[in-house]
Amino acid sequence: MSAVTPASAGASEHAITPPLVPGHAHGSDDHADHAHDHAPYGWRRWLYATNHKDIGTMYLWFSLTMFFLGGTLALGIRLELFQPGLQFWRPEFFNQLTTMHGVIMVFGAIMPAFVGFANWQVPLMIGAPDMAFARMNNFSFWLLPPAALLLVVSFFVPGGATAAGWTLYAPLTVQMGPGMDLAIFALHIMGASSIMGSINIVTTILNMRAPGMTLMKMPMFVWTWLITAYLLIAVMPVLAGAITMTLTDRHFGTSFFNAAGGGDPVMYQHIFWFFGHPEVYIMILPGFGIISQVIPVFARKPLFGYASMVYATASIAILSFMVWAHHMFTTGMPVTGQLFFMYAAMLIAVPTGVKVFNWIATMYRGSMTFETPMLFAIGFICVFTLGGFTGLILAVAPIDIQVHDTYYVVAHFHYVLVAGSLFSLFAGAYYWLPKWTGHMYDEKLGKWHFWLSMIFFNATFFPMHFLGLAGMPRRYADYPMQFADFNAFASVTGFGFGVSQLLFLYVIVKCIRGGPKASADPWQSIDGGLEWTLPSPPPFHTFETPPVVK
Amino acid sequence: MNKRLVEGGHTNAFNEGESNEAGMNTSCLLLKNMQRMAFWLLTLAATNVGAAITSRYNLPPAASALAQEMYELHDFMLIICGAIFVLVFGVMFYSIWKHRKSKGAVASNWHENITVEIVWTVIPFIIIILMALPATRTIVAMKDTGNADVTIKATGYQWQWGYDYIRGEGEGIGFLSQLATPRSQIEGNEAKTPLYLSEVTQPLVVPVNQKIRIITTANDVIHSWGVPALGVKQDAIPGFTRDAWFRGDQIGTFYGRCYELCGKDHAFMPIAVQVVSAEDYTKWVTTRKEAMAALADDPAKTWTQTELVARGEKVYTANCQACHQATGLGAPPAFPTLAGSKVVANTPELIQILLNGRNAMPAWKGLSDVELGAVATHVKASFGNNGGIVQPADFRAARK
Repeated sequence: MSAVTPASAGASEHAITPPLVPGHAHGSDDHADHAHDHAPYGWRRWLYATNHKDIGTMYLWFSLTMFFLGGTLALGIRLELFQPGLQFWRPEFFNQLTTMHGVIMVFGAIMPAFVGFANWQVPLMIGAPDMAFARMNNFSFWLLPPAALLLVVSFFVPGGATAAGWTLYAPLTVQMGPGMDLAIFALHIMGASSIMGSINIVTTILNMRAPGMTLMKMPMFVWTWLITAYLLIAVMPVLAGAITMTLTDRHFGTSFFNAAGGGDPVMYQHIFWFFGHPEVYIMILPGFGIISQVIPVFARKPLFGYASMVYATASIAILSFMVWAHHMFTTGMPVTGQLFFMYAAMLIAVPTGVKVFNWIATMYRGSMTFETPMLFAIGFICVFTLGGFTGLILAVAPIDIQVHDTYYVVAHFHYVLVAGSLFSLFAGAYYWLPKWTGHMYDEKLGKWHFWLSMIFFNATFFPMHFLGLAGMPRRYADYPMQFADFNAFASVTGFGFGVSQLLFLYVIVKCIRGGPKASADPWQSIDGGLEWTLPSPPPFHTFETPPVVK
Repeated sequence: MNKRLVEGGHTNAFNEGESNEAGMNTSCLLLKNMQRMAFWLLTLAATNVGAAITSRYNLPPAASALAQEMYELHDFMLIICGAIFVLVFGVMFYSIWKHRKSKGAVASNWHENITVEIVWTVIPFIIIILMALPATRTIVAMKDTGNADVTIKATGYQWQWGYDYIRGEGEGIGFLSQLATPRSQIEGNEAKTPLYLSEVTQPLVVPVNQKIRIITTANDVIHSWGVPALGVKQDAIPGFTRDAWFRGDQIGTFYGRCYELCGKDHAFMPIAVQVVSAEDYTKWVTTRKEAMAALADDPAKTWTQTELVARGEKVYTANCQACHQATGLGAPPAFPTLAGSKVVANTPELIQILLNGRNAMPAWKGLSDVELGAVATHVKASFGNNGGIVQPADFRAARK
């Protein structure tokens, strides 16, 4: 925001290129700089990493790997659903696929991807030299690979991976084999990682902003992450509690969720969704932040209603704690409970609407160009809003009861998580890749990636609204004949969507390896953030002397 | 009885036309064909405007007042959301079209306006209140489960439904309802019929225009009893009861399914509700009760092993096979193998587990002593086990 004194541009004199590919691009010419910086190199650079850029890079590669792994599982699901009947998998394994697809995408792909963005961008955007707790930052990343390994290994233990759905509802979880325990441990580890990462982000944002950058001058991406980090700190322990109770119910004779011992299976759902609903905002708020960065730059016009954007984000976060039971309308709750949660859930449409209106007002009377980040941002607004509408429809309890646990819900949350979170991540990746790598990505391929993703995404998930309305339940390995056509179609286009993502990988690798040099501010950002005052790629250490924001 | 497929209310009309064709002259056939074409065109038109006749695109046609209210509520929401979508994205695409750099658009600096911001906060708030009002009325109606004519308990099992008529006409009737689609169709060795994965061994039969209260519970994990055409979906929770109600306003068979993930055969425990006239219902209740009386076993009888094994095989297929498999090998560790099992050899332990359950094994107290004795004898005599006999009387003694 506003004018910036590039006080630390001099940092470039001892530049180490932070390569995005571990082990690659490690030119011998910056050897002298290593000595100067005491930066470890080789594998030590990554294992002992304390630099926010290196750690951010590792987060991003980790999440991309998980994204392809989770995507492969999704293709396994679509393969079986291509036709009615059981062709490829036993239903037990099908349930493992749906469960692990969800767990891996939520905890392995989307969440770490946003933390990766935060690691790279928060210090650069607030003019801080690094994250507040550099070693804890290292630890919070290096917890993730073992957790991911546990999830992968769980497929190969007796009974396979957990097949209780990503929501892990009791008492089905009690019937699962040891794969369930591995998943519980993995979630504990990932939760610890998230909590540490969030504490780091909150501390960095609150204490390390450049002089003159008041809270209400912070870029929206930083704001949304500040709020998200608070959500994470509040709810990850709740998830940890729920799965710990599941663990003791399984092995140590407790009866938290077992009616025969005085427990209640529905209590699990209350605890889970008290985590789970804020969790869906954890996965979308930083995405809102990215979109709020991208749109003004390509519309060449300041973000409309900055203050109301901040307040809307905060309202969404607060409301997200009061709506959890709208996931549970069919469990049978008292009429007053149902009414309260319906009204509260519908209310979220108001601040969300404000955000959409603000983005559109930013574009209105702008001077727009449509590079890939902007395409993904506009695509995001269109499809995310569709997901928002179905969310509003689902909030209405009598309609929810008709479509609860059907493909309508599957369509809804893929519209907000794929078209929402994922597309915003794509927008952010294309937007900041020139900064991170020092090269421009291949614009033509980027646009191909956008159009293929957009078309295949809608072709895959739009028909699922019809399937859900017509009554097809989710998590079904096999289905009646009336659902056959849409399923066959969605399977074909689903494979199209999956394959299109390989293009993204190709564009990234190509961009890291070379391409036109990116200037310090390749997008000529009008209300240029601090990151655009730095050279592209930024030196290994940046803002050692804080810039002054006026 | 007028059997009607929920997913294609129009197919019958279509087929009737076809079956009569043989005896008609050409002009009559032409007329019939034109009628048929008109019908399809109408169907198409209706689908396009959103009031779908089929249930491939929309909620199934309602067969109860509650389902009708939900259907209309959804239409109402869809229209409002559609209008907002067109309006908001109209503005966006207008900007994208007009305010692009390539067209020489120069950016303004319009980035704050308290008035519009208040307007677009207040108007959505008002719209939401308008949406919530009719929904509130429906919720209150859905929750009013009192004064039912017939009360039926639906129990979810892995993976079938059990029904017990506990109050009203038919009180005392109870049966299990399982998937009737043969395995060969599922595995693709036989052509799939239109009722694939919808047909059940014994549908739930209820009288038309009477208030039916469904009490749900479950035996093992959470299931969900849902029939969209009747506007009911209620989770069945082990150890707890919940209730819902419907009043079927037309005669026909309506299909539903289990809507809560309940393990491997979640997709294979459908629901069929047959709504019949009051007279047909009375007839059904009478025959059902006579059949139950005839089936009742003499409690004092001492059974031979052959009798028990034969009876036990049926009990096994109906209740045990889903987990322990036809081969008895099960799916360890959740579902232990019965072949060479120490538990099967140890009669007192076998009786205890059958009655009270253990881990994933549910308690089978609901089966009769004869059924339990039969299935215990059957597993002892099968899968390479050492044989032996467990009399129904042993179970009767163990229950005390």
